[in-house]
Amino acid sequence: MSDAKQLTAAQRADLRTVAAMIVPASDEYKVPGADDAEIQADMLATLGRDTALVARALDHLADLAGKPLAELDDARRDAVAQEFRSRGGAAAATLVRVVLQCYYRDDRVLRSLGLELRAPFPKGHVLPDGDWSLLDPVKARGGTLRRAP
Amino acid sequence: MKNDPVDVLIIGAGASGAAVAWSLADTKMHILCLDQGGWMNPAEYPSTGRDWEAKFYGEWSSSPNVRKRPEDYPINDDNSPIKVVNFNAVGGSTVMYTAHWPRLHPSDFKVKTLDGVADDWPIDYDALTPFFEENDRMMGVSGLSGDPLSPLSHPPMPQQPLGLSGPLIGKAMNQLGWHWWPSDTTVATTDYEGRARCINLGHCTPACAQGAKASTDITYWPHAIRAGVELRTHCRVREILTNEDGMASGVVYYDKDGVEQFQPAEVVIIACNGVGTPRLLLNSVSGKFPNGLANSSGLVGKNLMFHPYAQIYGFVKEPTDSNRAPPTCLWSKEFYDTDLSRGFVRGYGIQFGRGAGPVFEAVASEQKGILPWGRDHHRVFRKLNGHRLAVSAICEDLPEEHNRVALDPVLKDSHGIPAPKIDYTISANSRKMMDHGLARGREILEAAGATDICINDPIPWGGWHLLGTARMGTDPARSVVNEWGRSHDVKNLFIVDGSIFVTSGGVNPTSTIQALALYIADQMKQRLANLFD
Repeated sequence: MSDAKQLTAAQRADLRTVAAMIVPASDEYKVPGADDAEIQADMLATLGRDTALVARALDHLADLAGKPLAELDDARRDAVAQEFRSRGGAAAATLVRVVLQCYYRDDRVLRSLGLELRAPFPKGHVLPDGDWSLLDPVKARGGTLRRAP
Repeated sequence: MKNDPVDVLIIGAGASGAAVAWSLADTKMHILCLDQGGWMNPAEYPSTGRDWEAKFYGEWSSSPNVRKRPEDYPINDDNSPIKVVNFNAVGGSTVMYTAHWPRLHPSDFKVKTLDGVADDWPIDYDALTPFFEENDRMMGVSGLSGDPLSPLSHPPMPQQPLGLSGPLIGKAMNQLGWHWWPSDTTVATTDYEGRARCINLGHCTPACAQGAKASTDITYWPHAIRAGVELRTHCRVREILTNEDGMASGVVYYDKDGVEQFQPAEVVIIACNGVGTPRLLLNSVSGKFPNGLANSSGLVGKNLMFHPYAQIYGFVKEPTDSNRAPPTCLWSKEFYDTDLSRGFVRGYGIQFGRGAGPVFEAVASEQKGILPWGRDHHRVFRKLNGHRLAVSAICEDLPEEHNRVALDPVLKDSHGIPAPKIDYTISANSRKMMDHGLARGREILEAAGATDICINDPIPWGGWHLLGTARMGTDPARSVVNEWGRSHDVKNLFIVDGSIFVTSGGVNPTSTIQALALYIADQMKQRLANLFD
């Protein structure tokens, strides 16, 4: 199924499970896990050109697990995840990146991080000018440009 | 189909093509520029959307092999640890760059004389000085004049704010007693020539939605077009043809509808940079030029120089600018000049990075193994995100003929034109330089109190600077173009881009590329009566 345009139901289930392993929900930080329905929907809706590699990664994961990831006990699941991440190459890296890029643009997550829920443009940001007296030692030390004949 | 002949045909509307078009416009010649890309729409730039970071991994990747826009061509860079990055549109790679704006130093033009390596350039820094200044005005440069270790510049706008990251870097450098200075950048810090000032969108590299970052589609091109230059977009040149006298007669290109066209011209100027230019010359084979056009020296495509970047970064307790500022604001020339006690010849500049956005931070830190999966993910991410400082050594790459651009025997672009193939290795001298840069970078980060140190050695997708593949010189046996950019072999063929660099210096090259383009245009204007003698 590596070249499929859509993930299968089994692949979607494993994606949900592995996403929660990467970023679990947290009461302490008041954030959902990456298996949250909205975040999962974002991933599936925006997979686009990453679909084939993510499908390949999920196929690899399924081969390692031998059955749905969710049915493994914690220890076995962790071992599979470790093997997947260390040997999964570009496909595994793409899957992890897809999970993280959707997770870290979710409103609830950004709010928890103290970040504004908006695109950079058109508001931008304000930077402090900073203390330019820090440059005084450099000016005092001076220096010369290497001469060219 | 045959088009009406033009006086001057420029191939490529990027950094150098735009500059040479604008400069030649005052001759009132009929000037036409062909570019394989089109005009960009700032309303569609990544920073206008909530998915601004994700786009950098896809359709706004810096790699044409990942991005795969219709305007891009594939590049086989499997045999290189440094991957080629570029952008293809009106404005070229000035649409997608960090706007860091150093110049080559005077000593960079005389490396053979000073250090006994590579070759001296056939021109010196002084020949380019007026064109550096002119180019800084045209592009709109911000900075602080008076850097004791950089060539004197006169930026028309004040430097960027230090922000949160700048003082952390400045204090660390002061503690070590090392040079640092606010970098010249092409980010407008005031309203300038119709461009709005920077409002710190932060995501500068993949194009500036505010228009504060200079790219030639918003700097040179509006002036050039008003002065009468014609710019024809979505036209990909396949080859340059020559006549029985061995002169360039025009080019064959595919127009926006994919229809093959011939465009006759009296003068042809190539401005496709260090990969596109040799690719075009090597694809322009004829009975008279069986090894490619302008290649009697055999050096077309050879001596590719990249600037290997050795990057080290870490995380401080204090908040940094993260994605809320242009990515670079300071440089250091502390290790720029040769000091043989360091174990290598030549040197490197340092660029300091202000930080990264949350998605980039999460992805990069997970890949480096410092951001765990599972329960501890949230705690660690909050320690990392918004606390990154980066130090990058941009190492002078010396020319070596085995580092080269050739034609791939299999890979072709969407028009069936053979694609470029890169063969490149990092030299022993560059390796030592990179190790030195990483060691000094670690000292800087430790002085700033950073932990969780990581390195990118080299930055793999760091092949921004594409230099040396059609070098200039006075000896036709050892160079492709002469000291004013004209091909030794084809007297109405000029090259004005980074491929004519003899050596690379240890700084970003775009300022120098454009100064060279203006210099060559000026030389052409002075010689119009006997340009082909």
